[in-house]
Amino acid sequence: MNSTELANRLHTKFGELVSTPTEFRGEVSVKVADAERIVEVCAFAKKELGFDYLVDVSSLDNYDEDPRWTVVYHLYGIASKQYLRLSVSVTEEKSELPTVINAWRTADWHEREIYDMMGIRFRGHPDLRRILMWEGYPYFPLRKDFPLAGKPSDLPEVAFSKAAPLEGGPFVTAPGGKDSIEREPRVRTPEN
Amino acid sequence: MAQLVWLCPVACMKNTQEFGYDSRIEGDVIHTNLDAAINWFRKNSIWPMPMGLACCAIELMATGASRFDISRFGMEVMRFSPRQSDVMIVAGTVTYKMAMSVKRIYDQMAEPKWVIAMGACASTGGMYRSYAVLQGVDNILPVDVYVAGCPPRPEALLDALMKLQAKVQREPLLATLKKPGPALAKA
Repeated sequence: MNSTELANRLHTKFGELVSTPTEFRGEVSVKVADAERIVEVCAFAKKELGFDYLVDVSSLDNYDEDPRWTVVYHLYGIASKQYLRLSVSVTEEKSELPTVINAWRTADWHEREIYDMMGIRFRGHPDLRRILMWEGYPYFPLRKDFPLAGKPSDLPEVAFSKAAPLEGGPFVTAPGGKDSIEREPRVRTPEN
Repeated sequence: MAQLVWLCPVACMKNTQEFGYDSRIEGDVIHTNLDAAINWFRKNSIWPMPMGLACCAIELMATGASRFDISRFGMEVMRFSPRQSDVMIVAGTVTYKMAMSVKRIYDQMAEPKWVIAMGACASTGGMYRSYAVLQGVDNILPVDVYVAGCPPRPEALLDALMKLQAKVQREPLLATLKKPGPALAKA
Protein backbone atom coordinates (compact mmCIF):
# COMPACT_ATOMS: atom_id res chain seq x y z
CA MET A 1 0.00 0.00 0.00
CA ASN A 2 1.50 3.39 -0.93
CA SER A 3 1.30 6.66 0.99
CA THR A 4 -1.69 8.01 -0.94
CA GLU A 5 -3.72 4.89 -0.20
CA LEU A 6 -2.70 5.00 3.45
CA ALA A 7 -3.61 8.70 3.60
CA ASN A 8 -6.98 7.91 1.99
CA ARG A 9 -7.63 5.37 4.74
CA LEU A 10 -7.01 8.13 7.28
CA HIS A 11 -9.45 10.37 5.40
CA THR A 12 -12.07 7.58 5.26
CA LYS A 13 -11.71 6.84 8.94
CA PHE A 14 -11.86 10.45 10.19
CA GLY A 15 -13.95 12.13 7.47
CA GLU A 16 -13.90 15.91 7.68
CA LEU A 17 -11.14 15.94 10.31
CA VAL A 18 -8.49 14.74 7.84
CA SER A 19 -8.31 16.38 4.41
CA THR A 20 -7.92 14.46 1.17
CA PRO A 21 -4.24 13.80 0.49
CA THR A 22 -2.23 16.18 -1.70
CA GLU A 23 0.89 15.03 -3.48
CA PHE A 24 3.91 17.16 -4.35
CA ARG A 25 7.07 15.66 -5.86
CA GLY A 26 6.11 12.22 -4.60
CA GLU A 27 5.48 13.37 -1.04
CA VAL A 28 2.00 12.98 0.40
CA SER A 29 0.52 15.43 2.90
CA VAL A 30 -2.77 15.69 4.73
CA LYS A 31 -4.12 18.51 6.86
CA VAL A 32 -5.73 17.75 10.20
CA ALA A 33 -8.47 20.27 10.92
CA ASP A 34 -8.55 20.19 14.71
CA ALA A 35 -5.31 20.27 16.72
CA GLU A 36 -7.15 18.91 19.76
CA ARG A 37 -7.78 15.61 17.95
CA ILE A 38 -4.23 15.09 16.66
CA VAL A 39 -3.65 12.33 19.23
CA GLU A 40 -6.34 9.99 17.87
CA VAL A 41 -5.22 10.57 14.27
CA CYS A 42 -1.63 9.77 15.21
CA ALA A 43 -2.63 6.72 17.26
CA PHE A 44 -4.58 5.37 14.27
CA ALA A 45 -1.73 6.12 11.86
CA LYS A 46 0.67 4.24 14.05
CA LYS A 47 -1.44 1.23 15.10
CA GLU A 48 -3.55 0.61 12.02
CA LEU A 49 -1.48 2.08 9.17
CA GLY A 50 1.95 0.98 10.39
CA PHE A 51 3.60 4.43 10.64
CA ASP A 52 5.82 3.27 13.47
CA TYR A 53 8.52 5.92 13.11
CA LEU A 54 8.07 9.62 13.84
CA VAL A 55 10.84 11.16 11.73
CA ASP A 56 10.40 14.73 12.88
CA VAL A 57 8.02 17.25 14.32
CA SER A 58 8.54 20.78 13.10
CA SER A 59 6.72 24.07 13.29
CA LEU A 60 6.06 27.06 11.05
CA ASP A 61 5.43 30.67 11.97
CA ASN A 62 2.93 32.14 9.47
CA TYR A 63 3.58 35.64 10.76
CA ASP A 64 0.71 38.12 10.16
CA GLU A 65 -1.65 35.30 9.26
CA ASP A 66 -4.27 33.57 11.30
CA PRO A 67 -3.83 30.92 12.61
CA ARG A 68 -0.20 31.82 13.24
CA TRP A 69 1.33 28.37 13.88
CA THR A 70 1.50 25.20 11.82
CA VAL A 71 2.86 22.06 13.43
CA VAL A 72 4.03 19.37 11.00
CA TYR A 73 4.48 15.66 11.77
CA HIS A 74 6.63 13.56 9.46
CA LEU A 75 5.78 9.85 9.68
CA TYR A 76 7.49 6.82 8.22
CA GLY A 77 6.47 3.16 8.12
CA ILE A 78 9.56 0.99 8.40
CA ALA A 79 7.81 -2.10 6.97
CA SER A 80 5.83 -0.29 4.25
CA LYS A 81 8.69 2.18 3.46
CA GLN A 82 6.14 4.96 3.06
CA TYR A 83 6.28 8.57 4.24
CA LEU A 84 3.32 10.67 5.31
CA ARG A 85 3.12 14.27 6.45
CA LEU A 86 0.44 15.55 8.82
CA SER A 87 0.03 19.26 9.38
CA VAL A 88 -2.17 21.02 11.88
CA SER A 89 -2.85 24.69 12.57
CA VAL A 90 -2.71 26.28 16.01
CA THR A 91 -3.85 29.80 16.84
CA GLU A 92 -1.54 32.28 18.53
CA GLU A 93 -4.03 32.89 21.36
CA LYS A 94 -4.01 29.21 22.21
CA SER A 95 -0.41 28.25 21.28
CA GLU A 96 -1.06 24.81 22.72
CA LEU A 97 -1.89 21.33 21.47
CA PRO A 98 -1.83 17.83 22.99
CA THR A 99 1.38 15.82 22.98
CA VAL A 100 1.73 12.72 20.79
CA ILE A 101 4.26 11.17 23.13
CA ASN A 102 1.91 8.27 23.87
CA ALA A 103 2.10 7.21 20.22
CA TRP A 104 5.84 7.82 19.68
CA ARG A 105 8.18 8.31 22.63
CA THR A 106 10.62 10.12 20.35
CA ALA A 107 8.17 13.05 20.25
CA ASP A 108 9.62 14.03 23.63
CA TRP A 109 12.64 15.96 22.35
CA HIS A 110 10.99 17.14 19.11
CA GLU A 111 8.22 18.78 21.10
CA ARG A 112 10.67 20.25 23.57
CA GLU A 113 12.56 21.83 20.67
CA ILE A 114 9.38 23.37 19.27
CA TYR A 115 8.53 24.69 22.72
CA ASP A 116 12.04 26.13 23.05
CA MET A 117 12.33 27.73 19.62
CA MET A 118 8.72 28.68 18.80
CA GLY A 119 6.96 28.83 22.16
CA ILE A 120 4.17 26.37 21.37
CA ARG A 121 3.25 24.30 24.41
CA PHE A 122 2.40 20.60 24.34
CA ARG A 123 -0.27 19.65 26.84
CA GLY A 124 0.45 16.41 28.68
CA HIS A 125 4.17 16.41 27.88
CA PRO A 126 5.98 14.85 30.87
CA ASP A 127 9.03 17.13 30.76
CA LEU A 128 8.36 20.33 28.83
CA ARG A 129 11.62 22.22 29.42
CA ARG A 130 13.77 24.16 27.01
CA ILE A 131 16.18 21.87 25.20
CA LEU A 132 18.70 24.17 23.43
CA MET A 133 18.49 27.52 25.18
CA TRP A 134 18.81 27.75 28.93
CA GLU A 135 15.87 27.65 31.30
CA GLY A 136 14.85 31.26 31.92
CA TYR A 137 15.77 32.64 28.47
CA PRO A 138 12.92 35.06 27.82
CA TYR A 139 12.49 34.77 24.02
CA PHE A 140 11.60 32.24 21.32
CA PRO A 141 14.32 32.64 18.67
CA LEU A 142 12.68 30.95 15.67
CA ARG A 143 9.66 33.26 15.64
CA LYS A 144 9.56 35.62 12.68
CA ASP A 145 9.40 38.69 14.91
CA PHE A 146 12.65 37.72 16.65
CA PRO A 147 15.64 39.54 15.08
CA LEU A 148 18.41 37.47 13.49
CA ALA A 149 21.02 39.24 15.62
CA GLY A 150 19.27 38.18 18.81
CA LYS A 151 18.25 40.26 21.81
CA PRO A 152 20.11 41.11 24.99
CA SER A 153 19.14 39.17 28.08
CA ASP A 154 20.75 38.45 31.41
CA LEU A 155 20.15 35.70 33.93
CA PRO A 156 22.81 36.13 36.63
CA GLU A 157 24.97 33.05 37.28
CA VAL A 158 23.34 31.18 34.39
CA ALA A 159 23.82 32.94 31.07
CA PHE A 160 23.60 36.25 29.29
CA SER A 161 23.14 37.15 25.65
CA LYS A 162 23.77 40.23 23.53
CA ALA A 163 22.67 41.30 20.09
CA ALA A 164 25.27 40.23 17.50
CA PRO A 165 26.83 42.93 15.29
CA LEU A 166 25.51 42.35 11.78
CA GLU A 167 27.53 45.09 10.03
CA GLY A 168 24.71 45.97 7.68
CA GLY A 169 23.55 42.37 7.25
CA PRO A 170 21.85 39.93 7.26
CA PHE A 171 23.73 38.70 4.21
CA VAL A 172 21.46 36.83 1.84
CA THR A 173 22.39 34.65 -1.13
CA ALA A 174 20.50 35.00 -4.40
CA PRO A 175 19.95 31.52 -5.83
CA GLY A 176 19.56 31.45 -9.59
CA GLY A 177 21.88 34.36 -10.26
CA LYS A 178 23.84 34.08 -13.51
CA ASP A 179 27.30 33.96 -11.89
CA SER A 180 28.79 33.48 -8.45
CA ILE A 181 29.29 37.22 -7.99
CA GLU A 182 25.56 37.73 -8.35
CA ARG A 183 24.72 34.73 -6.17
CA GLU A 184 27.11 35.43 -3.31
CA PRO A 185 25.82 36.58 0.09
CA ARG A 186 25.21 40.33 0.15
CA VAL A 187 23.12 42.81 2.03
CA ARG A 188 19.79 42.67 0.24
CA THR A 189 17.13 45.21 1.11
CA PRO A 190 13.92 45.79 -0.83
CA GLU A 191 15.63 48.76 -2.58
CA ASN A 192 18.45 46.76 -4.18
CA MET B 1 71.17 22.21 34.19
CA ALA B 2 68.38 23.54 36.37
CA GLN B 3 70.45 23.12 39.48
CA LEU B 4 73.24 25.17 38.00
CA VAL B 5 71.00 27.95 36.83
CA TRP B 6 69.69 28.21 40.34
CA LEU B 7 73.17 29.13 41.49
CA CYS B 8 72.82 32.50 39.86
CA PRO B 9 70.08 34.08 41.95
CA VAL B 10 71.93 33.01 45.07
CA ALA B 11 75.10 34.49 43.73
CA CYS B 12 73.38 37.69 42.65
CA MET B 13 72.18 38.40 46.15
CA LYS B 14 75.77 38.60 47.40
CA ASN B 15 76.74 41.82 45.79
CA THR B 16 80.23 41.68 47.19
CA GLN B 17 81.16 38.58 45.24
CA GLU B 18 83.05 39.10 42.05
CA PHE B 19 82.29 37.14 38.94
CA GLY B 20 85.51 36.29 37.29
CA TYR B 21 86.63 33.56 35.03
CA ASP B 22 86.92 30.28 36.89
CA SER B 23 88.21 27.31 34.94
CA ARG B 24 86.76 24.81 37.49
CA ILE B 25 83.19 25.71 36.66
CA GLU B 26 83.63 26.75 33.09
CA GLY B 27 80.60 25.91 30.97
CA ASP B 28 78.46 24.99 34.02
CA VAL B 29 77.32 28.45 35.05
CA ILE B 30 75.09 30.78 33.09
CA HIS B 31 74.63 34.37 34.15
CA THR B 32 71.07 35.55 33.81
CA ASN B 33 68.47 37.38 35.83
CA LEU B 34 65.70 35.78 37.82
CA ASP B 35 62.92 36.97 35.50
CA ALA B 36 64.52 35.33 32.52
CA ALA B 37 65.26 32.08 34.37
CA ILE B 38 61.77 31.61 35.79
CA ASN B 39 60.11 32.63 32.52
CA TRP B 40 62.33 30.11 30.76
CA PHE B 41 61.08 27.34 33.10
CA ARG B 42 57.50 28.42 32.62
CA LYS B 43 57.47 28.74 28.89
CA ASN B 44 58.81 25.26 28.36
CA SER B 45 56.17 23.49 30.40
CA ILE B 46 52.92 25.27 29.66
CA TRP B 47 50.28 22.65 30.28
CA PRO B 48 47.14 23.16 28.21
CA MET B 49 43.56 23.02 29.40
CA PRO B 50 41.79 21.74 26.27
CA MET B 51 38.50 23.63 26.04
CA GLY B 52 37.26 21.75 22.98
CA LEU B 53 33.84 23.05 21.97
CA ALA B 54 33.54 22.36 18.24
CA CYS B 55 35.47 21.23 15.17
CA CYS B 56 38.60 23.17 16.21
CA ALA B 57 38.97 20.55 18.93
CA ILE B 58 39.67 17.96 16.22
CA GLU B 59 42.63 20.04 15.04
CA LEU B 60 43.66 20.44 18.67
CA MET B 61 43.71 16.64 18.98
CA ALA B 62 45.79 16.41 15.81
CA THR B 63 48.22 18.92 17.31
CA GLY B 64 48.61 16.63 20.28
CA ALA B 65 49.15 13.52 18.20
CA SER B 66 52.43 12.20 16.81
CA ARG B 67 52.49 13.94 13.43
CA PHE B 68 52.56 17.47 14.83
CA ASP B 69 53.75 16.52 18.32
CA ILE B 70 52.97 19.28 20.78
CA SER B 71 55.41 17.70 23.24
CA ARG B 72 58.29 19.41 21.40
CA PHE B 73 57.19 22.48 23.36
CA GLY B 74 56.70 20.76 26.71
CA MET B 75 52.94 21.05 26.27
CA GLU B 76 51.90 17.47 25.75
CA VAL B 77 50.39 17.24 29.20
CA MET B 78 46.77 18.08 28.41
CA ARG B 79 45.18 18.52 31.80
CA PHE B 80 41.46 18.00 32.16
CA SER B 81 41.59 19.65 35.55
CA PRO B 82 41.79 23.44 35.43
CA ARG B 83 43.76 23.41 38.68
CA GLN B 84 46.71 21.75 36.99
CA SER B 85 46.84 23.69 33.74
CA ASP B 86 48.44 26.92 32.59
CA VAL B 87 46.93 27.80 29.23
CA MET B 88 43.30 27.41 28.26
CA ILE B 89 42.98 26.66 24.55
CA VAL B 90 39.44 27.70 23.68
CA ALA B 91 38.92 25.58 20.58
CA GLY B 92 35.53 26.14 19.03
CA THR B 93 32.22 27.97 19.14
CA VAL B 94 31.43 29.44 22.54
CA THR B 95 27.66 29.60 22.91
CA TYR B 96 26.00 31.84 25.45
CA LYS B 97 24.81 28.70 27.20
CA MET B 98 28.42 27.53 27.59
CA ALA B 99 29.97 30.95 28.30
CA MET B 100 29.54 30.95 32.07
CA SER B 101 30.98 27.42 32.30
CA VAL B 102 34.07 28.46 30.31
CA LYS B 103 34.50 31.45 32.61
CA ARG B 104 34.06 29.27 35.69
CA ILE B 105 36.71 26.81 34.50
CA TYR B 106 39.08 29.69 33.71
CA ASP B 107 38.51 31.12 37.19
CA GLN B 108 39.53 27.77 38.70
CA MET B 109 42.91 27.79 36.95
CA ALA B 110 45.83 28.81 39.15
CA GLU B 111 47.93 31.87 38.31
CA PRO B 112 49.89 32.35 36.15
CA LYS B 113 47.47 31.48 33.35
CA TRP B 114 47.02 32.30 29.72
CA VAL B 115 44.30 31.94 27.10
CA ILE B 116 44.50 31.08 23.42
CA ALA B 117 41.42 31.76 21.29
CA MET B 118 41.68 29.10 18.60
CA GLY B 119 39.78 29.68 15.38
CA ALA B 120 37.34 32.23 14.04
CA CYS B 121 34.49 31.32 16.42
CA ALA B 122 36.46 31.62 19.64
CA SER B 123 38.09 34.83 18.41
CA THR B 124 35.07 36.72 17.07
CA GLY B 125 32.03 34.45 16.90
CA GLY B 126 33.05 33.53 13.35
CA MET B 127 30.25 32.88 10.92
CA TYR B 128 27.73 32.70 13.76
CA ARG B 129 26.28 36.20 13.86
CA SER B 130 23.55 34.69 15.90
CA TYR B 131 21.38 34.96 18.98
CA ALA B 132 23.05 31.90 20.46
CA VAL B 133 26.79 32.50 20.07
CA LEU B 134 29.13 34.65 22.15
CA GLN B 135 30.85 37.07 19.74
CA GLY B 136 34.40 36.24 20.80
CA VAL B 137 35.63 34.65 24.00
CA ASP B 138 37.45 37.92 24.80
CA ASN B 139 34.07 39.16 26.00
CA ILE B 140 34.58 37.06 29.12
CA LEU B 141 38.29 36.11 29.29
CA PRO B 142 41.58 38.00 28.72
CA VAL B 143 42.91 36.40 25.53
CA ASP B 144 46.68 36.30 24.92
CA VAL B 145 46.88 34.88 21.40
CA TYR B 146 44.24 34.70 18.67
CA VAL B 147 44.52 32.08 15.95
CA ALA B 148 42.84 32.70 12.59
CA GLY B 149 41.32 29.86 10.61
CA CYS B 150 38.18 27.80 10.36
CA PRO B 151 39.49 25.56 11.75
CA PRO B 152 43.19 26.51 11.95
CA ARG B 153 45.72 23.88 10.89
CA PRO B 154 47.76 22.32 13.69
CA GLU B 155 50.76 24.32 12.47
CA ALA B 156 48.81 27.51 13.15
CA LEU B 157 48.08 26.39 16.71
CA LEU B 158 51.74 25.46 17.23
CA ASP B 159 52.70 28.91 15.95
CA ALA B 160 50.30 30.43 18.47
CA LEU B 161 51.90 28.37 21.23
CA MET B 162 55.34 29.59 20.16
CA LYS B 163 54.06 33.18 20.18
CA LEU B 164 52.74 32.52 23.67
CA GLN B 165 56.16 31.21 24.69
CA ALA B 166 57.73 34.40 23.40
CA LYS B 167 55.17 36.40 25.33
CA VAL B 168 55.85 34.47 28.53
CA GLN B 169 59.59 35.03 28.09
CA ARG B 170 59.00 38.81 27.90
CA GLU B 171 56.89 38.99 31.05
CA PRO B 172 58.26 41.31 33.75
CA LEU B 173 57.80 38.57 36.29
CA LEU B 174 59.11 40.07 39.51
CA ALA B 175 57.36 43.37 38.93
CA THR B 176 53.98 41.63 38.62
CA LEU B 177 54.54 38.73 40.99
CA LYS B 178 52.73 40.20 43.96
CA LYS B 179 49.91 41.77 42.00
CA PRO B 180 46.74 39.71 41.76
CA GLY B 181 45.91 38.35 38.33
CA PRO B 182 42.94 39.53 36.30
CA ALA B 183 40.57 37.09 37.96
CA LEU B 184 41.40 38.25 41.48
CA ALA B 185 41.73 41.91 40.55
CA LYS B 186 38.12 42.04 39.34
CA ALA B 187 36.63 40.39 42.43
